[in-house]
Amino acid sequence: MQEFKESMKALQAAALHPGKTVRLSMRETGREAIGCFPIYTPDEIVYAAGYLPVGMWGGKTQIRLADKYLQGFCCSIMRANMEFGLQGTYDFLKAVIIPAFCDTLKCICENWKVAVPQIPAIPMVYPQNRKLETGFRYLIAELKRVKKEIEGIKGAEISEAELEKAFRIYEEYRAVMRDFVKASAVHPLTVSPVARHLIIKAGFFMDKAKYTALVRGIVEGLQALPEEKCRGVKAVATGLIGEPAELPEIFGENGICIAADDFAQESRQFRVKGREEGSVWEKMAYRTVDQEGCTFLFDEEKPKGRMLIRMTEETGAKAVIVCMMKFCDPEEFDFPVIKEELEAARIPILCLEIDQQMDSFEQIRTRVQSFVEMLNEDVI
Amino acid sequence: MENKITSKQMLADLLDSHYRSALEAKAAGKIVAWATSICPQELLETLDIDVVYPENHAAAIGARKHASEFIEQAEGTGYSSDICSYARVNLGYADIRHSEAGDIPMPDLIFCCSNICNTVIKWYENLAKTLKIPLILFDMPFNHTFEIPEHSVAYMRGQIDHAICKLEEITKKRFDYDKFGEVMELSNQTCEWWKKATDLAKAEPSPLNGFDMFNYMAIIVCMRGKKEGREVFRLWHDELKEKADLGIGPWKDREEKYRVMWDGIACWPHLSVTYKTLKKYGINMVTSTYPESWNILYEKNDRNGMAAAYSANYANRNLDYGTGNVIKLVRDFRLDGIIYHSNRSCKLMDFRQYEVQRRIEAATGVPSVIFDGDQTDPRVFSEAQYETRIQALLEMMENNKAERQEQCKNSKRA
Repeated sequence: MQEFKESMKALQAAALHPGKTVRLSMRETGREAIGCFPIYTPDEIVYAAGYLPVGMWGGKTQIRLADKYLQGFCCSIMRANMEFGLQGTYDFLKAVIIPAFCDTLKCICENWKVAVPQIPAIPMVYPQNRKLETGFRYLIAELKRVKKEIEGIKGAEISEAELEKAFRIYEEYRAVMRDFVKASAVHPLTVSPVARHLIIKAGFFMDKAKYTALVRGIVEGLQALPEEKCRGVKAVATGLIGEPAELPEIFGENGICIAADDFAQESRQFRVKGREEGSVWEKMAYRTVDQEGCTFLFDEEKPKGRMLIRMTEETGAKAVIVCMMKFCDPEEFDFPVIKEELEAARIPILCLEIDQQMDSFEQIRTRVQSFVEMLNEDVI
Repeated sequence: MENKITSKQMLADLLDSHYRSALEAKAAGKIVAWATSICPQELLETLDIDVVYPENHAAAIGARKHASEFIEQAEGTGYSSDICSYARVNLGYADIRHSEAGDIPMPDLIFCCSNICNTVIKWYENLAKTLKIPLILFDMPFNHTFEIPEHSVAYMRGQIDHAICKLEEITKKRFDYDKFGEVMELSNQTCEWWKKATDLAKAEPSPLNGFDMFNYMAIIVCMRGKKEGREVFRLWHDELKEKADLGIGPWKDREEKYRVMWDGIACWPHLSVTYKTLKKYGINMVTSTYPESWNILYEKNDRNGMAAAYSANYANRNLDYGTGNVIKLVRDFRLDGIIYHSNRSCKLMDFRQYEVQRRIEAATGVPSVIFDGDQTDPRVFSEAQYETRIQALLEMMENNKAERQEQCKNSKRA
């Protein structure tokens, strides 16, 4: 029993110290690292090449150098990545993969080539028409192009067998993570919102095989415990990210239990199971095809609102919390649409505007408190 | 005496009839599409679908100072004030459906091309969802390499073929490939005349005042595939050519002292003040990145070429291309300075602007300034800041000119 709690603690600490964690992972595995920008990157290819894929979701820092490239109204994650790049924090990386999921990311990739020339940028453009045959074929070609670029850095080819093995390791990781979020939902006292967030985040900085084993241990530990009742408000959370860590801490302080999430940084990374059929390339591509309700992937039906309603129904959540990343256009465009649908379904919504560099949380704390009080009054 | 129509009158008449005929088409039960400004309109034109362009309409609403009403409406439904103001104006219009600045029919079809930004994907996705109408998306991957990659061309070509099938389904008409060829040819000709006309601003003094180009842009957006579109640019070209041959500059009452490029979209709600401030100092905006953006040229009936041409506009290309393009403009148009509009609405343009500015300055030595503004949100512009920046540019350009004159004088003495 104690062992899984130790793992929980260790992973939370790992997530809070990314630099240290990545260095340790590199030492333990003997792998060099390649940075992977949000939202999605083909980490399996990086892993198959013998590198450690490292998630690059910003972090707290003082923005000084990045102002040379970006105006102040740029998303805080991207400003932080540019800042770290310019400061030399990422100099240990052999390359970075920068996908063009939004207009900001396109520019970041172009700027990176100039601003951080010591770390080669591997651009990647996922198709938006991913459900058309032509989009599917394009995606496979793009994945193979990225593989070639990584081979260039490695100076050796990546075999199909290595890629298949990496894909299996990642599929296992994703399956265990799906189990973890389910187990956390029914153990909200043992897994607080901040613990849940940090445990998931730690995966970005560790070797997936080792990380998966630790999370599996946590899942088994949780499953052995009796289910716990949420003493406050069960909510579904959505947005690009649900951090900095003070944010889920405030949720926890106010009795909010995360019943499920739709964060790009969290469940969107692993909620899609790979298909059984096809080559490993097709399997990788299908994961993009099959992703539903992601802000960064075109869908004429815009199913996110319906998906969030379904998530609340399935988990018995009473509310939806939207963590709106300031200056994230795609997420900002989705909001009015999901708001209308959630309101029609009479699901209360709390929209919090967040910024990764924010250091004052009082306003958010007050809004969360009032929201919880309002919902509790409704119950009475 | 011959009663000859000028291109300016023709422009006004054409725009008027463009919007009127779209409204009439809608009233007659015909299919109307809303489309993005640099989309393969050839497909819609071939099927005789009336098209209106929300970006153009939003610009018109902005220029006539009616944007606030629609922006407030959109923000009231939950849209952030951070997102593109064309989108906010249009999404607000989709609710209110009437503007004193002019109306457009509501669409039956949404036609979106991501070569100008990913923002339009989100904006048009919302329109299609809210209005419950079909959406055809042309996804044109951003070109991080200088050339358009082959697999991107294949992907885009596949989308053109898919769109044809989808349009046949929607219109219940057979796609006429012969007509398609004709529309392709015509669209190419319109683009050529647009480019030829705007290129005449290379003459010194320039016969063209670049703010006029902003007005003519409406036609290259809305009527690229129509004979009338081609004719207006041919006429405009002839008028400018005549002026250039006679050495006539952009203004009757003022001399062109300095020639600049304007980077980015106009500040439509503040068009007059941005223009008059420049004119006051004899600064003529002779070009921008826009003439090149609609220089969409490809061989007739070559769908792969068409896909590549549409993917090749400035906004969809890498920094090396963007920089090379502006350096060429500086040299071809003999520019004295550059004005960069840090347009709060357009992150794709903004977040490359600083680096482009540095590279252009290093390569050409041409001075430049950046000012804060927005294409349609009137709140994001300060007249005082704009004027101060223009004065700073003026001072730098004056110094450069004085230095050049001094150098010439010295070289003569030697």
